[in-house]
Amino acid sequence: MKHSISVTVNGVTHEASVDARTLLVDFLRDHLHLTGTHVGCDTSQCGACTIHIDGASVKACNMFAVQADGATIKTIEGRASNGTLQPLQESFKEEHGLHCGFCTPGMIMSAADLLQHNPNPSESEIRHALEGNFCRCTGYHNIVKAIQSAAQKM
Amino acid sequence: MTPYSFTYHKATSVEDAIAQLQKLGDEAKWVAGGHSLIPSMKLRLSAPEALIDIQGLDELKTISDGGHEIHIGALSTHRSVETSSLVKGKCPVVAKVASGIGDPQVRNKGTIGGSLAHADPSADYPAIILALGATITVQGPGGSRSISADDFFTGMFDTALEDHELITRVSVPAVGSGAAYAKFGNPASRYAIVGVAAYVEKDVHGTCTLARIAITGAADTVFRASAMEEALVGKPFNEASISAAAGHAPDESDMLSDLSASASYRAHLCSVMAKRALMDC
Repeated sequence: MKHSISVTVNGVTHEASVDARTLLVDFLRDHLHLTGTHVGCDTSQCGACTIHIDGASVKACNMFAVQADGATIKTIEGRASNGTLQPLQESFKEEHGLHCGFCTPGMIMSAADLLQHNPNPSESEIRHALEGNFCRCTGYHNIVKAIQSAAQKM
Repeated sequence: MTPYSFTYHKATSVEDAIAQLQKLGDEAKWVAGGHSLIPSMKLRLSAPEALIDIQGLDELKTISDGGHEIHIGALSTHRSVETSSLVKGKCPVVAKVASGIGDPQVRNKGTIGGSLAHADPSADYPAIILALGATITVQGPGGSRSISADDFFTGMFDTALEDHELITRVSVPAVGSGAAYAKFGNPASRYAIVGVAAYVEKDVHGTCTLARIAITGAADTVFRASAMEEALVGKPFNEASISAAAGHAPDESDMLSDLSASASYRAHLCSVMAKRALMDC
């Protein structure tokens, strides 16, 4: 049985018909073609699929699209506007906060959730806030620096 | 990874959730935050034929002051418990435990009722709920009842919940001090390899009059470390007595053994983490 859902993603409302078992991350990537949200581990550990639902960071591989009916969603594609990067994105570039870049969308969405509650986090608060995001390249050091740098700018 | 097919339903009230579960049969399940159930469905370890989503039941999301206790609605997320000024003010140890569950994304979705009903042997909440002697209120087709934490956890992923009973709230005593939780967590999942929650009361002379020590992660279910408790009660509460009591490690043969830690290492960790928790009380 299909379910009709209505979700607002990056300011655009989409009406769709989905199977109950369609994961939200697959809906974003395969139905809406928003492929910036990555599937890493697919076991809700690595955080590459982190998005914001009604303002809170969530792993999109761990809920069904039907559960997002009526929600306001923000993905990595919703951050830059007209090609202008936001301070967090700019800082990841400046501080070399990425290597292969696979984890970066999730890292930025988690960091954005942190900064909206805590605009001036300490290094340990940043590391605690990133516990749900794995990076296999950088050793996290430059990611933490990028978030500290963004916090200064914002 | 895609789960097996299921039908999806939304509950409109606690009574409706119970009625729908009765109607949809044995292969139906409630889903709250879904942070244990959905990964298990994706791995096809769990294959419910129907999911009844209870996340919309706002009446189960309140955190209220009950004087000598705090009533935490079963659908309160770990994040809402972690940030609740009421919990932080009147029972800070519970806010601290919540702040260490999983990671921020997990805490934004996972719920206290879901964690307790699932009864994962490595979950954090069961330890503090048991150490504090909290009360779990459940509702079923015949009405509601209260279950003490001492009677709630009955085995691996097993609880005193009867069929069609839903946890509605968890009442924790307002304990301003004398309670602590120390976890040796898995660095990837943040589940407790061993986590020890302790609650102690002392008299005016500093003698320990009550000790409740609950250990998670170590065995097939959370349990009270009775030998440690007995060794503390009646003694002056100081580092020497804490060290002596924490030395009463549980029997290695009762410990879990997996790729994270062997049974003997877990037994050792029980002593180490118990000492840390007690020193923080």
